This record gives sequence, C-alpha cells and structure tokens, in this order.
Amino acid sequence: MTTDLSAANMDKGPPPQAVVSAQNLSLTFGTNDGPVHALSDVNLTIAKGEFVSFIGPSGCGKTTFLRTIADLEQPSSGTLSINGMTPRQARETRAYGYVFQAPALYPWRTIEKNVALPLEIMGYPKAEQAQRIARTMELVNLAGFEQKFPWQLSGGMQQRASIARALAFDADLLLMDEPFGALDEIVRDHLNSELLKLWAATNKTICFVTHSIPEAVYLSTKIVVMSPRPGRVTDVIESTLPKERPLDIRETPEFLAIAARVRDGLRAGHSYEDVV
Amino acid sequence: MRGRVLPILIVLLAIVLFWYAAAIWMNAPWQSMLYARAGLVDVPVQQFVLDSWAQDKPVLPAPHQVFGEIWNAAIAIAPTSRRSLAYHAWITLSGTLFGFVLGTALGIALAVAIVHNDAANRSLMPWIIASQTVPILAVAPMVVVGFGAVGVTGLLPKALISMYLSFFPVVVGMVKGLRTPEAIQLDLLQTYNATPWQVFAKLRWPSAMPFLFASMKVGIAISLIGAVVGELSNNAGGGLGVRLLTGSYNGQTVQIWAALFIAAALAAVLVIAVGVLERLVNARMGARPV
Repeated sequence: MTTDLSAANMDKGPPPQAVVSAQNLSLTFGTNDGPVHALSDVNLTIAKGEFVSFIGPSGCGKTTFLRTIADLEQPSSGTLSINGMTPRQARETRAYGYVFQAPALYPWRTIEKNVALPLEIMGYPKAEQAQRIARTMELVNLAGFEQKFPWQLSGGMQQRASIARALAFDADLLLMDEPFGALDEIVRDHLNSELLKLWAATNKTICFVTHSIPEAVYLSTKIVVMSPRPGRVTDVIESTLPKERPLDIRETPEFLAIAARVRDGLRAGHSYEDVV
Repeated sequence: MRGRVLPILIVLLAIVLFWYAAAIWMNAPWQSMLYARAGLVDVPVQQFVLDSWAQDKPVLPAPHQVFGEIWNAAIAIAPTSRRSLAYHAWITLSGTLFGFVLGTALGIALAVAIVHNDAANRSLMPWIIASQTVPILAVAPMVVVGFGAVGVTGLLPKALISMYLSFFPVVVGMVKGLRTPEAIQLDLLQTYNATPWQVFAKLRWPSAMPFLFASMKVGIAISLIGAVVGELSNNAGGGLGVRLLTGSYNGQTVQIWAALFIAAALAAVLVIAVGVLERLVNARMGARPV
C-alpha cells in the first residue's frame, strides 16, 4: 500500500524542527476475526506550530495514529518520533497534552482540582499550581467556575475544562481526539473559534482528529485525509487560508475549494462507499 | 420525610397487633394447663388473654414483656453489672467493631491485590468464595477454643470471626469498585506518566467509594452476627450471644427476645452510622444533591 503524499512531505528524515515525524508507520491489531490493519505505511511530518487535522471515516486510523503518538498504542513497524524522541520518552517527559472525546473529568473534584490533576501528578509546587490553574482557566474562558463540580457545567464547558487540564502543564504539543464530537453545532462553532484564538495565543502544535470537513478546513494549517481498510493517508492538504479566520470565512470560495479537495481525497480512498 | 413516617407507623402497628394476637395463640395451651392445674374453670376470655400476655416463661412473650425486660435489664441496672444488658451489648459491640475494622481492612487489601496482581486475580477469588461456604457455626468454636488453648481470649478470637464474615462483601464490592474507572480515565493518567500508586490514590480509590460504603453496610451487620456467634462458644466472656444462650438454657424466652431486640437495634444503629459516614463522604466528594 503506497501512500499518496503531497510534495511538501516527500523529503526523507525528520526536519530539525519536526514535532511529529512518522516513517512507514504501520499498526496491526490481532482480533478474533483476523488482523486489522489500523495504520498502513503512514509517512507524515508535522512541524512546530502547525495545526493539523486528521479527517476520515470511522476505522481510518486517525484516532489510532493520535494514540500511537501518545504512546497509548505501539506501532507494529516503522518509526515514529516526537521532538526527536520515541513516543515513550515523549510521554515520560510529558511532551504532550491529550484531550479525549469525552471530558473525562473526575466527578469528585471541582473544576479547579480537575485542572490541578496533572500538576499534582507531575509534582508542581502548590503556588505554581495555583498560578497555572488561574492562567489556563482564563485561556479557556472558565474563570469564575473554579469551585464548581463537573455536573454543574454544560457539556461544552466540561470539554473546555478538559482542554484547560491538557494545557495546564504547558506541553508544546496538544493532541485532540474529536474533542467537540459530542457537542451541538452552535457550541462547536464557538469552541472552534476559541480554539483558534488559544492556538494563536500559545503557539502550540495541535493534532486534531475530526470527522467534520468544515471543522477540519476551518481550523487547520494542514489537513491529513485518511481512508479505512487499511487505515492510510490518502492526501495531505496545506491550507491556504489566512491565520486570522472569522467564522464566516467558511462561505468564501477559497474555503469551499479546500473542502472540495478534502471530499475528493475521501472519495479517492473509497471512504464514501462502505461507510455506514 | 413526613411522607415516610406514616407508612412506617402503620406497618409497625400491624406488626404489634399481629404479635399480641400470636402471643395469645401460642401461649394458650400452657395457659389452659395452668388453669387446669389450679382447678380454675370458666375463666373469662378477657382474663385468659391478659394472663397469656403475662406468663413467666411464655412461648412467645408479648411486646410489653420484652420491652419491660429491656428497660429493667438495660436501663434500670447499672451498666457495669454483669446482669445489665447494656454491659453485654457493649461487649458485643466492641467485638463487632474490632472485627469489622479488621474485616474491612482485609477486604480492601485483598481487593487491591486482586485488581493489581494477575496471579492474585486468577487464584484468590475461588478461595474467598469457598471461605464463605463453611458454616460459621462450626468454625467459631474451633477458633474460640483454639485461641483459648494458647491463652488468647476475649476480644480477639471473637473479632476474628466477625472479620471472617465481614471481609467478604468488602472484597467483592471493592474488586468491582476499583475496576470502575473507564479506559479513557486510565489512558489520561497514562499520558501524564502517572505511577501505579498515583493511579490508585487519585482515580481507583475515589471511584470505588460508593462500592465501599455499600459493602460496609452489609459487612457491619454480619460482623455483629459473627461476634454473637463467637460469644456462644465462650460463656465466661459475656455478650449478647451469652445472654441468648443462657436464656435458652433456662427457658427464659423474655430474656432471649430482649437480647434479640438489642442486637437488632445495635445492627440498625451501626448500619445507619455507616450511612451517615457515607453521606458525609459524598458531600465532600461533591455528589449531586439528591
């Protein structure tokens, strides 16, 4: 299975500032129904400060790729480096923050204490914890909700709290696995534009899994289109949209052209055929 | 709250009425025998009923007899006296609590081992279940007499029997409780490179709290049963079990029933106490008010 790559990513070897670099990365799960090729020969380089979206139908390996970066899954073959380290070393040095599909807040902790969780585990002194909590709560617009328990917050606010938790220890890489998938469209639009502001303010590298084409095009500097069976990259699109993106940019011809190319990429990978 | 008082009172009233009626019926043969011996004939029904509620050693004592005995033996006598029910209740209570603490600790320790160690996970559970199929009534005398032979008497042997019974619900509940965290929450801690101890202290333990309290409510009630059973084998030690035993030796049914009621009340108070503790912990853990 050869992977179709855009010209920008054909150069071999990680460039000096590559945050994520995957070469011939494959991952096969053994199941009772035989092997499942979740990732097949993936080559990808993500540079510092990029906002990369992974889009594709269920089973295309986008979440698996994110989990492999996070050292939550082990590749079967190929190499993957994060800031020049192995995924395991990267995890051990807390090189990334991970935002899951569900907020996964602890119901017995206040929002503030939830954000403090990674800081407690990483052994930050109390004073610095307080300072970091205040800063990240401000970043995700949750100032004033520190003492609330998760059940007292809406779904969108809970997911913002979980983003604050991932930001609290200031990792340069943010991995987000369909963070807004469970939210309604209006909340989602709002959080998307907030996420862009946050990205501009923090200059982090963000890997963002989604199966919404508008979301991917709106957010990304680079869109990785993936296809299932086996999970592979079918196209990598460099966005030509400006960094400043009001919500109505989604009606511009430029935006629609990129969305059309994403759709073409999905079609080329037969993503529209067996999708249920 | 108000809506719950009335139904409880109605049920209570029904029980008391049924009890008095049953007392007449069950004590009637002996009452007839007493009248026959005394040569009394044609006793009025009212007299018969009152007499059947006032026998010395009735088959079924009437409620006022039982509560009179509780008053006389538990409250009217100094609690330091060996004849005081309060004294015996305290002996049983201390054994129960000691055994309950040991049992809860053992249950938690076993559950932690089962959840964290694959060998323990595969091997321990069948033995734990088997332990509960052994009739405690058969084991208790061996424990008490065995420890007595090496000079250990009093609280410890009894507490061990309580522990033997009460660790079981705790280990079953806590194995389930410590395993409640979802994959996503365990993954989250993995991304922080948390140590196994941090995963336990920050995630597994707090998630298991509801299960711990549910198990402890069962555990403390059977702890009391363990303590009473343990006392049956050691007459000199005192306790509600001894009161039950001496009562049955002497046909003192009123004394038996009084001891039973005290034991039941003790169990109720203990379960309620665990419930209160649970509510306090829930409030601290930010539970949504119900």
